[in-house]
Amino acid sequence: MTELEFEFLRGFLKQRSGLALTAEKRYLVESRLTPICRRYGLGSLGELIGALKLGRVAAMERDVVEAMTTNETFFFRDRIPFDLFRDTLLPEALLRNASRRRLRIWCAASSTGQEPYSLAMLLQEAAPRMAGWQVEIVATDLSTEVIEKAKAGIYSHFEVQRGLPVQWLIKYFTQVGEQWQIAQSLRSMVDYRQLNLLHSFATLGQFDIIYCRNVLIYFDAPTKSDVLARLAAQLAPEGALLLGAAETVIGLTDRLAPHPKHRGLYAHAAPAARLGETAAIPPLRVAASV
Amino acid sequence: MKAPHETNCLVVDDSAVIRKVARRIIEDLGMNVSEAEDGNAALEACAAHMPDAILLDWNMPNMDGYAFLQALRRSEGGEVPKVLFCTTENDIGAIARALRAGADEYIMKPFDRDILTAKLEQVGLVADAA
Repeated sequence: MTELEFEFLRGFLKQRSGLALTAEKRYLVESRLTPICRRYGLGSLGELIGALKLGRVAAMERDVVEAMTTNETFFFRDRIPFDLFRDTLLPEALLRNASRRRLRIWCAASSTGQEPYSLAMLLQEAAPRMAGWQVEIVATDLSTEVIEKAKAGIYSHFEVQRGLPVQWLIKYFTQVGEQWQIAQSLRSMVDYRQLNLLHSFATLGQFDIIYCRNVLIYFDAPTKSDVLARLAAQLAPEGALLLGAAETVIGLTDRLAPHPKHRGLYAHAAPAARLGETAAIPPLRVAASV
Repeated sequence: MKAPHETNCLVVDDSAVIRKVARRIIEDLGMNVSEAEDGNAALEACAAHMPDAILLDWNMPNMDGYAFLQALRRSEGGEVPKVLFCTTENDIGAIARALRAGADEYIMKPFDRDILTAKLEQVGLVADAA
């Protein structure tokens, strides 16, 4: 691939997905795009770039963007964001929204579904305290391919063993040959939608809790600022935003502020200090029982 | 949680290859590793020095993993070790049976470094990367 072709690809990915393809990630291009070349009967990456320049095959453009995005995820990834949900964010939201009994959660880069399903399992465990509540988990991703996998909720034995306690494996999954499918009751809790984070969020409505983890790291600073400002617009006044451990709002937006105690937790700049400080709410203890 | 170098893990498997692979992963986490090739040898090892964790195969000659686990949990101090069943018996019935017998976690073979590390984290023997 020539320098000019690489530059075209950088611009293409930036425009379509926000992905900032740095020179250090150049090595990924060949391994991820060679299968796309084969799929479309093209002899080289140069031919693929030529086809992209012509802009006539929408499916090819989508396949290139999806191939270059990273979908690494697993159940209860990093643990702390889920402990925080169980012990602090959910109890606080139940208290705060008690009159309307409605809770809306958005997983903004849900990949193959492990994050929304981890939250769905925690909500299921909390079900006795949530009778009569309307809970909605909206899960979005750029890639239609990973959304389809997420909707099916079928995982390999490698995937179900990364982060998922075995007690919950046998409680919430059924065996399908060599694979494992998450229960229909959990699949029905999640509303999957294809969404490009560069596009408007206005139709999604407002959320009490937003998980947008490990996706901003792939964007350049102006794109991060733009996405964060628009996430803030979708966040309820006392809502909580969770970012990945390597991500922050600092220097990118003044609409959001980090929580003083909980790393990775953000809220609207003014009420940030109040989050996580509601006294006398017993944490929801999850008993992992068979 | 004990420091890794104070944590003792017993790997029980009749396959020398599996024992070697598991030893390498667990030693890389800083723990001490001992080995046993069947349930009888494992019970003797536990009587001599009760480990903190046991990585346990199911199908072994002499005494299998299930019988070993039942005997272990009945023995003095046998409630202490975190037991991770690690086996090719990957159906849901086998997993439920192992948990009822007193296993703390279950690893389906084939496993890799990420899975074994994650499971040791889940039973509280390895500090969470988070």
